[in-house]
Amino acid sequence: MMNPVTEAELAEAVVGASGPLRIMGGGTRPIGKPVAGELLSVAGLRGVELYEPGALTIVVKAGTPLAEVEAALAAEGQRLPFEPMDHRPLLGTAGEPTIGGVVAANVSGPRRIQAGACRDSLIGVRFVDGRGEVIKNGGRVMKNVTGYDLVKLMAGSYGTLGVLSELSFKVLPVPEAVAGLRIEGLSDEAAVRALSMALASPFEVSGAAHAPAGADGTPVTMIRIEGFAASVAYRAEALKALLAPFGAAAVENDAAKVVADWRWVRDVEGFAGQTGDVWRISVKPSDGPRVGAALQAQGLLYDWGGGLIWARVGAGRDIRPALAGVGGHATLIRASEETRAALPVFQPEPAPLAAISAGLRAQFDPRGILNPGLMG
Amino acid sequence: MEMPTPNPDILARKARIVERLLEVLPRDAVIDDVHETRAYECDALTAYKCPPLCAVLPASTGEVSEVLRICHEEGVPVVPRGSGTSLAGGALPTADSVILGVARLREVLETDYENRFIRVQTGRTNLSVTGAVEEEDFFYAPDPSSQLACAIAGNIGMNSGGAHCLKYGVTTNNLLGVTMVLMDGTVVEVGGAHLDAGGLDLLGVICGSEGQLGVVTEATLRILRKPEGARPVLMGFDSNEVAGECVSDIIKAGVLPVAIEFMDRPVIRATEAFAHAGYPDCEALLIVEVEGSDAEIDEQLGLITQIARRHNPVELRESKSAEESANIWLGRKSAFGAMGQINDYMCLDGTIPVTSLPYVLKRIGEMSKEYGLDVGNVFHAGDGNMHPLILFDANKPGDLELCERFGADILKLCVEVGGCLTGEHGVGIEKRDLMHAQFSRADMEAQLRVKDVFDPNWLLNPAKVFPLDVTESRRAA
Repeated sequence: MMNPVTEAELAEAVVGASGPLRIMGGGTRPIGKPVAGELLSVAGLRGVELYEPGALTIVVKAGTPLAEVEAALAAEGQRLPFEPMDHRPLLGTAGEPTIGGVVAANVSGPRRIQAGACRDSLIGVRFVDGRGEVIKNGGRVMKNVTGYDLVKLMAGSYGTLGVLSELSFKVLPVPEAVAGLRIEGLSDEAAVRALSMALASPFEVSGAAHAPAGADGTPVTMIRIEGFAASVAYRAEALKALLAPFGAAAVENDAAKVVADWRWVRDVEGFAGQTGDVWRISVKPSDGPRVGAALQAQGLLYDWGGGLIWARVGAGRDIRPALAGVGGHATLIRASEETRAALPVFQPEPAPLAAISAGLRAQFDPRGILNPGLMG
Repeated sequence: MEMPTPNPDILARKARIVERLLEVLPRDAVIDDVHETRAYECDALTAYKCPPLCAVLPASTGEVSEVLRICHEEGVPVVPRGSGTSLAGGALPTADSVILGVARLREVLETDYENRFIRVQTGRTNLSVTGAVEEEDFFYAPDPSSQLACAIAGNIGMNSGGAHCLKYGVTTNNLLGVTMVLMDGTVVEVGGAHLDAGGLDLLGVICGSEGQLGVVTEATLRILRKPEGARPVLMGFDSNEVAGECVSDIIKAGVLPVAIEFMDRPVIRATEAFAHAGYPDCEALLIVEVEGSDAEIDEQLGLITQIARRHNPVELRESKSAEESANIWLGRKSAFGAMGQINDYMCLDGTIPVTSLPYVLKRIGEMSKEYGLDVGNVFHAGDGNMHPLILFDANKPGDLELCERFGADILKLCVEVGGCLTGEHGVGIEKRDLMHAQFSRADMEAQLRVKDVFDPNWLLNPAKVFPLDVTESRRAA
């Protein structure tokens, strides 16, 4: 295993590589096709480089534990806006998630509907490409259109275009208060209609999810609002009135309970320890229930107002036929190595786009050594 | 400003190229008369002009595909053009290029309130996207100052921002999908009405690529429900530094205004003389706007004014009505017009870390004395996106060049303090040769390789964004 502790050492490691490299942060998110190759750990590149609370920006090395980043922000009453998921319960992994891993997989949670995805908060990157060259793009300011936006391209590229070494984020203040609304017993169709109504209201919803089987096994539809206490109280009542046609919503003001509820959604805790493969499907919200029904799943969870479907299905089955005629895509998140080697983990692209993706990989990694084949 | 020498072989083949374009487009969609092509000789950066070989105005994605296929076969450079409002020269032609205007692509294709998106052809103007959903109380968030005229195509090309992006983000954060035509005529769909990419985030690199990767003909845009209300507070301070500190304190306090706008004394005086908005005569003025219900607005403005009071403002004017809000915004919205009344000006667009605001403003003031040119500052302070306006006299020999040198020094200063050359206008030709200040050769090479994949022959808007010496071998190939 190679374990560089500086960007220069990381670049040397890539230059000197004689074969494929398997790039790892904390090793808590084994997503994608299994990669054979020498292990290159980025966990040694660690530390907060710069944090300016007054400018809402933080710059960190890629191997920094996510928990360390979140603690530094929390000390100033700030946070990462996109609420990254912790994959450990779902994937049964151990170890320390790193901020580089979060970016490499573009990991975003329930707040994505309001605050954007990881790629939207990411404002700068430094990385080592397959030639061993150190490349920077973006910077540490929120508005930047200088040259092409490789920042977005690197987010969610799973190490196949370069090995991330340093990341800059736009961060946000932690709101004063949070509240949750819960409506019991809705069908998937009614739930997504209710969530759409809430998301189309002016009441600034920061979470909109539906579990056909909640923690107690019965359907629960959940909405989250955050902000100043008086505003949260006002919006909770306004949403309750708006959604009355769907049933009586219970309002939860205990922050600890609301946080636990949304961690349950964010980390798909309901699937933890359950058998079967887990797929993550992205569609427009109103297509969610139809796709959900067609999946014949053992378990379902709808987030992002119905547009993000988590599905637990029988092992080894390709669920993509359920998306026929629907725009969107499916990613196989949890399955045995055999299944991940046999099925396309990422959605196969139409030929012209597949050619562009392959062309970009060939340009950034001409020797094909960075997590080769991981994305298909 | 240096531009590549036109290819004489292409100039000699003009008749044939026009003839081929006429095979796929109606007569009135091909503008080849040497007088009429003058209408396309520049965009809003009017200091540089050059009529194109011809201009085409296709009315469908299919026609765009046919035009690009022909230009690809003929080896003719293509310069995509939205509404021509670029301040950076993004749509400046060369004599051997075809201008591809999207002005005839203006339809709304789909409006979906349940899923909160709109799909439009990209010649549609920014403001008319909001116009199409306003009846249902929705809006499209990015709001560049030119929104009445600028096209969505150009917004995507430059990743445009606006005054309200502190809360809502810029174009890239509100763009869900595109239909794009590659240089060889291939039509691709990237993204859609769903929220994230299934593979590499191609949409992310397409947005802001200044028309160099493909021609975007249709876009799926996120629309949002309008807030219940919005009101600003106006505050005046007796120094730029104090105003800068106040901005930082507001951000740290956990309030997230939709806009924080900053004006300095030269701009305040010019707008007062022009628009009579009743602004105080002070060194620096902030307009901070918040959204929500009346009670929510009162609470947030209360917090903001409390913070402002700690900085001894010379004026603090909280809006209580729509009329008062309009008055507060009046001066800001006429600032550029007001400065234009005094003189010719050049508008810069560098972004800096908010915390460097006081230092950068002080340095700009010093440099203004050194160069002997006046500068006014009016900008989006919440996100550090500065718009220094350098005043010069276009009729005075050498003044434009002096102004350009001063502007380059300001932008280098922005990079030095950790910022960038352009926050929302784009590089175009204007900042092309300054790219060395921000990027190493390897940084730029990585970007050029992206273009190599999308447009291997370097025919799409080839003389923009990157210094000509950096792209020369690729353009010549």
